[in-house]
Amino acid sequence: MAQVKMTVNGKTASGEVEGRTLLAQFLRDDQGLTGTHVGCDTSQCGACVVHVNGEAVKSCTMLAVEANGATVDTIEGQANADGSLNVIQQAFQDHHGLQCGFCTPGMVMSASALLKENPKPTEAEVRHYLDGNICRCTGYHNIVKAIMAASGQDVSAIAAE
Amino acid sequence: MPKDGGIGASSKRREDVRFLTGNGNYTDDINKRGQAHVFFLRSDVAHGVLKSVDTAAAAAMDGVVQIFTGADFEAIGGMPCGWQVTDKNGEVMQEPKHPVLAHGKVRHVGEPIAAVVADTLAQARDAAEAIVVEIDDLPAVINMKNAVKEGATKVHDDLTSNLCYDWALGAENKDAVDAAFKNAAHVTTLELVNNRLVANPMEPRVALGDYNRSDDQHTLYTTSQNPHVIRLLMGAFVLGIPEHKLRVVAPDVGGGFGTKIFHYQEEAFCTFAAKACNRPVKWTSSRSEAFISDAHGRDHVSKIELALDADNNFTALRTDTYANMGAYLSTFAPSVPTWLHGILMAGNYKTPVIYVNVKAVFTNTVPVDAYRGAGRPEATYQLERLVDKAAHELKVDPIALRRQNFITEFPYATPVAVEYDTGDYVATMDKLEEISDLAGFAARRKASEAKGKLRGFGVNCYIEACGIAPSNLVGQLGARAGLYESATVRVNATGGLVVMTGSHSHGQGHETSFAQVVAEMIGIDENMIEIVHGDTSKVPMGMGTYGSRSIAVGGSAMVRATEKIIAKAKKIASHLLEASESDIELKDGAFSVAGTDKSVAWGDVTLAAYVPHNYPLEDIEPGLEETAFYDPSNFTYPSGAYACEVELDPETGQVTIERFSAADDFGNIINPMIVTGQVHGGLAQGIGQALLENCVYDDEGQLLSASYMDYAMPRASDLPMYDVDHSCQTPCTHNPLGVKGCGEAGAIGSPPSVVNAVLDAMRSGGHDIGHIDMPVSPSRVWAAMQKS
Amino acid sequence: MYNFDVEMPSTVADAVKAMARDEAQPMSGGQTLIPTLKARLAAPSVLVSLTGIDEMKGVCMDDAGRLCIGGATTHARVAAEAAAHYPALASLAARIGDPAVRNRGTIGGSIANNDPSACYPAGALGSGATITTNKREIAADDYFQGMFETALEEGEIVTEVKFPVPTAAHYEKFLQPASRFPLVAAYVAKFGDGVRVAITGASNNGVFRWGEAEAALGANFAADAVAGLAVDATDMISDLHGTAEYRAHLIGVMTKRAVAAIS
Repeated sequence: MAQVKMTVNGKTASGEVEGRTLLAQFLRDDQGLTGTHVGCDTSQCGACVVHVNGEAVKSCTMLAVEANGATVDTIEGQANADGSLNVIQQAFQDHHGLQCGFCTPGMVMSASALLKENPKPTEAEVRHYLDGNICRCTGYHNIVKAIMAASGQDVSAIAAE
Repeated sequence: MPKDGGIGASSKRREDVRFLTGNGNYTDDINKRGQAHVFFLRSDVAHGVLKSVDTAAAAAMDGVVQIFTGADFEAIGGMPCGWQVTDKNGEVMQEPKHPVLAHGKVRHVGEPIAAVVADTLAQARDAAEAIVVEIDDLPAVINMKNAVKEGATKVHDDLTSNLCYDWALGAENKDAVDAAFKNAAHVTTLELVNNRLVANPMEPRVALGDYNRSDDQHTLYTTSQNPHVIRLLMGAFVLGIPEHKLRVVAPDVGGGFGTKIFHYQEEAFCTFAAKACNRPVKWTSSRSEAFISDAHGRDHVSKIELALDADNNFTALRTDTYANMGAYLSTFAPSVPTWLHGILMAGNYKTPVIYVNVKAVFTNTVPVDAYRGAGRPEATYQLERLVDKAAHELKVDPIALRRQNFITEFPYATPVAVEYDTGDYVATMDKLEEISDLAGFAARRKASEAKGKLRGFGVNCYIEACGIAPSNLVGQLGARAGLYESATVRVNATGGLVVMTGSHSHGQGHETSFAQVVAEMIGIDENMIEIVHGDTSKVPMGMGTYGSRSIAVGGSAMVRATEKIIAKAKKIASHLLEASESDIELKDGAFSVAGTDKSVAWGDVTLAAYVPHNYPLEDIEPGLEETAFYDPSNFTYPSGAYACEVELDPETGQVTIERFSAADDFGNIINPMIVTGQVHGGLAQGIGQALLENCVYDDEGQLLSASYMDYAMPRASDLPMYDVDHSCQTPCTHNPLGVKGCGEAGAIGSPPSVVNAVLDAMRSGGHDIGHIDMPVSPSRVWAAMQKS
Repeated sequence: MYNFDVEMPSTVADAVKAMARDEAQPMSGGQTLIPTLKARLAAPSVLVSLTGIDEMKGVCMDDAGRLCIGGATTHARVAAEAAAHYPALASLAARIGDPAVRNRGTIGGSIANNDPSACYPAGALGSGATITTNKREIAADDYFQGMFETALEEGEIVTEVKFPVPTAAHYEKFLQPASRFPLVAAYVAKFGDGVRVAITGASNNGVFRWGEAEAALGANFAADAVAGLAVDATDMISDLHGTAEYRAHLIGVMTKRAVAAIS
């Protein structure tokens, strides 16, 4: 067992983990942060995406010990300080970018990483960036639209309801 | 002007807030004090005699609580099948035993052989590796046509063959059908495969069993679309637990698509083991496990023939389908290729006589059951590919041939046992031609050709039977369950209310759309309404969500219960207003006396119901809570027309979807935003089936597409923005909301148009290949183009 | 996963020391190794994580004009920092997997694993790179020895990869639709003294140089030059996603397109 300590959503999180404990397991089982989901075991679905030191990573494909000392941000830390939805979360609700909600935390975390890197992505850039995030419900139309809207672009020309 | 609330408004979804902030409550998020974990040791061979399972070494390992094998379940019932099909000779289907843990034989890769309960999942898995299993391999039965040949290896030794049933619909028309083919001016024949799929909701299945010795109560938390169905099947048929001692909870569920309808062994095991081990027992499926334990979908091999007269009118249709059941009968498997498939073979066309034959076959593969659309995509795919092929053989426009044969008068009794109440297939086709910009296609094709690409346009129509369905009818057809829905409306003293619905939301947004309906009926704010579902201890006996039935059946039950509430509230209001009950009107959340300015607010009436100081106690009881069970008189029949436009790279065979247009008739619509989203998701799954997804076994019964490394899930970059329209609305005539359901249409309606478009593109490049099977992968397209 | 100890060395020397432990296995970004461990297809006693070794991270140009990439440098960092020096290689790195994978996966991990469908082996072989380990330097032509086979010895760690920068290069990739690894991809690099063509995804023997195409392109660097060349399908991979014949065909198409992109 190894002792790990990291900053998760601005708070200190520490615990004892096995070598094989994944960061996703540490967050879910030790820290009770169950917003981070696990949807596959081959590092493809992206439901587990969190930010480690500001970069999007798949927390099911990283050992907890590798995040020792790191700053980790999860879906639970994304809302505004007053508890209201942040710009990306609000755009997902406004544009119906989620249905069952299971892939949603990873989608929001990936979207946030994308917009940091590319503040005004094109539709093709958004789609390409989401290669590591699988959604089975929405057919992606409204996710792509939500992310473009969150970037401040006018999405009224994109077909909707 | 779009409405800002109530029926017809695109209200934002209230459930989104918890999902977007990581506060959803999915089954795997639930943990119980002292819980143990189970790991299932699963068969890695497809077929064999289970000689021995030695658990001695494993049982002594660290953390192991108890190990179970098939022998522990010998005295307990097996997994039940919920539908009994009667074959064309009046005999009931062959129904094999389906043990919780394998016993005697293993029959598919992934079948659970032993279950290890341990303190941690890792310990359980470590111990499972120490179990010594001896299996004498038998030849795997994989190919359906070989499986039903004389002398084939049997999947179940106690059955007479691998044929589950040989079913027919329209037997009384068989002679007329054969005669029509003899006299036909043209016959089009098509042989095709409807590829096996894996539903793949993003949340893998989870089961957590809990047992309370103080009151002998079992609780199962599970990823289910229908917790009451699980309670009934598991309680009555598997474990012998009466309903009042068994609670099933399906909290937030991360997508279902059919595969979470069924009762699975893992649910029964965790419920059983929680009592046996005296600890909560939890199972969380990995994605790899899901591929070999979730029921699969589709997997039909069909031959279909269409007879036409000299004027291109359809005169008869004949089908011959082999449907894969897998190794065991999953909960509703027998119904899918029969009553959810055969009855759709008329499609949108007035073909006078139809004969449908389906042979269901056991193989050494994972059980196959309903997946989004369930039988209806298979019917639509056959028919709409066939009609397209006929058009090209006859050198007529595929849209014109469809229009010529459309059913135009309603109600319409098909020759395959159902009566369509409403529809307007001309209107949806007109709308489709408009939104798909068919007129501009020629220019777009030219532009593609200038880049060295081929471009194709494909259409199809679809009809579906959903909102399933009348209990007395499905009972005659073999269902071992009723298909009504329930709702309780509980009004609180201060006017807020709770709707407890038997429908289950796993992405459909019921918490929002159901509230819109009740808000509209009473005239109160949607935020005063809470929708509760997914817990058998809170909700009256309900049948759950599948077959696009929630708003049509569950919504109707809720309307009926709300009507009862309003009726009683009017009585109370008439007392408070000292007016005749017949003069009371409810509008915008207030009761008034017609023709006067006397009124009383909704909240005053509800308060009176619970503080009945001034109350007609001699006439009515206090309280304001009503329950309704709604059993529809017919299926609903959503319909539509879809168009797909593809670009094809002739050098690589790569197909890209450039445009996809869908014109649907869902009858009345509660929340257009949610309906559009449902269509989007269905389209992605239909396009996925057509282009990407394929569940493949090798001859030894090993699953080749056993993870996302080989099973191609549609990604954002595989799909276009969709043009979706549902302005054509012919309301359903037999439910109070006039709704038809929208959940499956996209998946049912999209595969044929994709394939039709690909074939159109290939033809434009000089490759007239007649047919290509799904998924239309680059490799297949390229190979087909080499040969033609 | 079986359990294991994790060592987090901060220098190459410490990593080498840790690798001397019984059943030790180096792990870089872990984007392939962790899924493998989850499937219990590997059972190391000790995982030596290379992600904390700063001396193995970074992108720079050496005096010989080679682009040098530390073994523990992530794909994302290569995509960003190599763009000015060797755009084709940066573009290859920018298209591996998905963004989250690129933030963890490293060049050393990819090269050491030598998956027959990985991207970096094509870039390294196509560029004629030199693979530096804690022990020696190995020419790419000697390093890649077949599917998952390399010249690396037990305990040897890829510390750096040095890429000669061609006058022009392009990586053309056709995706396997499920895994998003290349079904077939071609790396074409044009140097003053010849052309190198490396193919990944196609062969049962892993990444390989397509000699006929190199000769044809050496004589005439034009897409048409490879148009008539046929690839023997005998040793090509055949699976759910494409037959051997299809892969052989795609080799020609991808190579042609790579050439077209830079000529």
